Amino acid sequence: MTAVQTATDTILEVNDLKTYIFTRAATVKAVDGISFNLRKGETLGIVGESGCGKTMTALSLLRLVPKPAGRIVEGEIVLNGEDILQKSEDEMRDVRGRQISMILQDPQTSLNPVFTIGNQLREALGIAHRENKSSMLSRAVDALRKVNVAAPERRLDDYPHQMSGGMKQRVVGAIAMSCEPGVIIADEPTTALDVTIQLQYLRLLKEIQAETGLAIIFITHDFGVVARMCDRVAVMYAGRIIEQGDVRDIFSRPAHPYTQALINSVPKLEQSVDRLYSIDGQPPLLSNLPEGCRFAPRCPYVSDQCYEAYPQSYTLNEGHYADCWALDADWQGTPIEEFVPPTGTAG
Amino acid sequence: MAVATNNDALLEVRNLKKYFPVTKGLILMKTIGYVQAVDGISFSIKQGETVGLVGESGCGKTTTSKLLLRLENPTEGDILLEGRDINTFRGAELQDYRTTVQAVFQDPWSSLSPRMRVRDIVSEPLVVNRNVTTQEKNERVAEVLQQVGLHAQQATNYPHEFSGGQRQRIAVASALVSYPKLIVLDEPVSALDVSIRAQVMNLLKDLQEQYNVSYLLIAHNLATVRYMAHETAVMYLGQIVEYAETEELYNNALHPYTRALFSAALPSHPDLIREDIVLQGEVPSPINPPSGCRFHPRCPFAMPQCSEEAPVEKEVSPGHRVSCHLY
Repeated sequence: MTAVQTATDTILEVNDLKTYIFTRAATVKAVDGISFNLRKGETLGIVGESGCGKTMTALSLLRLVPKPAGRIVEGEIVLNGEDILQKSEDEMRDVRGRQISMILQDPQTSLNPVFTIGNQLREALGIAHRENKSSMLSRAVDALRKVNVAAPERRLDDYPHQMSGGMKQRVVGAIAMSCEPGVIIADEPTTALDVTIQLQYLRLLKEIQAETGLAIIFITHDFGVVARMCDRVAVMYAGRIIEQGDVRDIFSRPAHPYTQALINSVPKLEQSVDRLYSIDGQPPLLSNLPEGCRFAPRCPYVSDQCYEAYPQSYTLNEGHYADCWALDADWQGTPIEEFVPPTGTAG
Repeated sequence: MAVATNNDALLEVRNLKKYFPVTKGLILMKTIGYVQAVDGISFSIKQGETVGLVGESGCGKTTTSKLLLRLENPTEGDILLEGRDINTFRGAELQDYRTTVQAVFQDPWSSLSPRMRVRDIVSEPLVVNRNVTTQEKNERVAEVLQQVGLHAQQATNYPHEFSGGQRQRIAVASALVSYPKLIVLDEPVSALDVSIRAQVMNLLKDLQEQYNVSYLLIAHNLATVRYMAHETAVMYLGQIVEYAETEELYNNALHPYTRALFSAALPSHPDLIREDIVLQGEVPSPINPPSGCRFHPRCPFAMPQCSEEAPVEKEVSPGHRVSCHLY
């Protein structure tokens, strides 16, 4: 079992969380036994390909798994010392927004096109503050100023279509942070933005984090965003966290063959590569998972043992774990090749 | 405009411009301005090589690709394929051009017709533009499907039966079927998953070697361009601000905008984060672009001269062209 260290400043702890989706044809094991914890002021990156369960993890943390097909079947989500899976729906209303909140990928669809920005901000602020109109208005202006929106007083009367993508995503950020939550889940917040705007947004999130001690869970498929933003990383594959550790451990000494392959298959900005490593095949369907290790059919180091049972978790370093039989001292198959981290500069 | 005339160039673009009118009123449409989507760009693509176009959204990358595919007519300037102006092509010549130049688009979910079988999708460029018998057609389809890593038997399937990476392979097969000389790749991998991207990029590189086909690669990801392209053009608001061989550009970027793009690009290791230039603000509207150098309102090195005078393109070293008053 994964050892989860409990520190006093831990704000969120997830233990053996399982979220399944029950369809007529099959049970989709979207999240299948994941554990991690998050400290105050820390950024955890959850990386993986589409369909690996990243977004279902995020929805589980907010208890917004689509009903009735989806259900959290097992596990614990301890937020600020309380297991939110034990809470009633009414109690959850106090948790969402105030303790944990979310920024979605596409600002175009997460803002309502028929209400002004000010209206939508005041609605979000109204969860925590019930005050008269003028003080709500000044709170909304402050919220926009915090996310670096120029001339916030005038922007309040704008509709979402009058703003650019970067501005809209800032507004979404302001709404997510309006009730000062301790944890924010950012689900691919910058994939819809241009590179220079993306950098502005990522820097803004860092600044706000330094000021408020916010903990961020960054869900992404982009290792670049992880390298830029995160303190720790969890790599997901087919519903499980297959490796987690400090960001430098993951980028310099990735242990799991999948993590290594994934990092190697991304072209490097700083280095010219003759040929990219490519992983054959595709991830398994979550409704029809193979026995044993889920990466086995695509793994270059695979042996019979891998098809028999899901691998144990091995500790490589403090806080760095990976689930792979090849890390066992008694491993008989091909040893995992040593990983060479990228070097060089660009520009 | 100094244009290096290249004899071994397959395709040459000279001072290409495309302005879209902005109109007002429903019946008496008055033109009140122009979107200067592409404003005087020049570059050339050699046989068997790849030219990468990078830039943010709205910089004119896609308009450039549409002009090359002759889906739009230029306002000014020439596109020469093997020395002949493509905008004079009519009838049979135009049909021939359409088989010579093919395209692969970003999203394989919307670029393949859900009602057609893979065989019909892949063979369409052959059927439309060349007289082929059914047998020839089927043989060629089986051949290209194998070349892109699919099975010949899958020709009778429909697109929904394939995954994203496989669909993009079908799109590549369709582009390849008529032995084209140039393929326009418009963000060919950005809709795919990380592990599938490497597969498709490697496939495209292999096919280039095999067929000696040229690519115009449109991408916003600088790392992808470094991996794929021989030469790279950086576009900003309809103009090419810097153009060089890829390795030269990535080792020695000169234009402040190019350097800002590199600073904004995400690192491949947490120890490689470097922020040389962080841009403020956003790309201005191409309807009323800034005077002088179009980049001056966001440029950290802007001088008084920059807002008045448009910089002239200079060749700073062989093949490395930059438009900036600093050089």
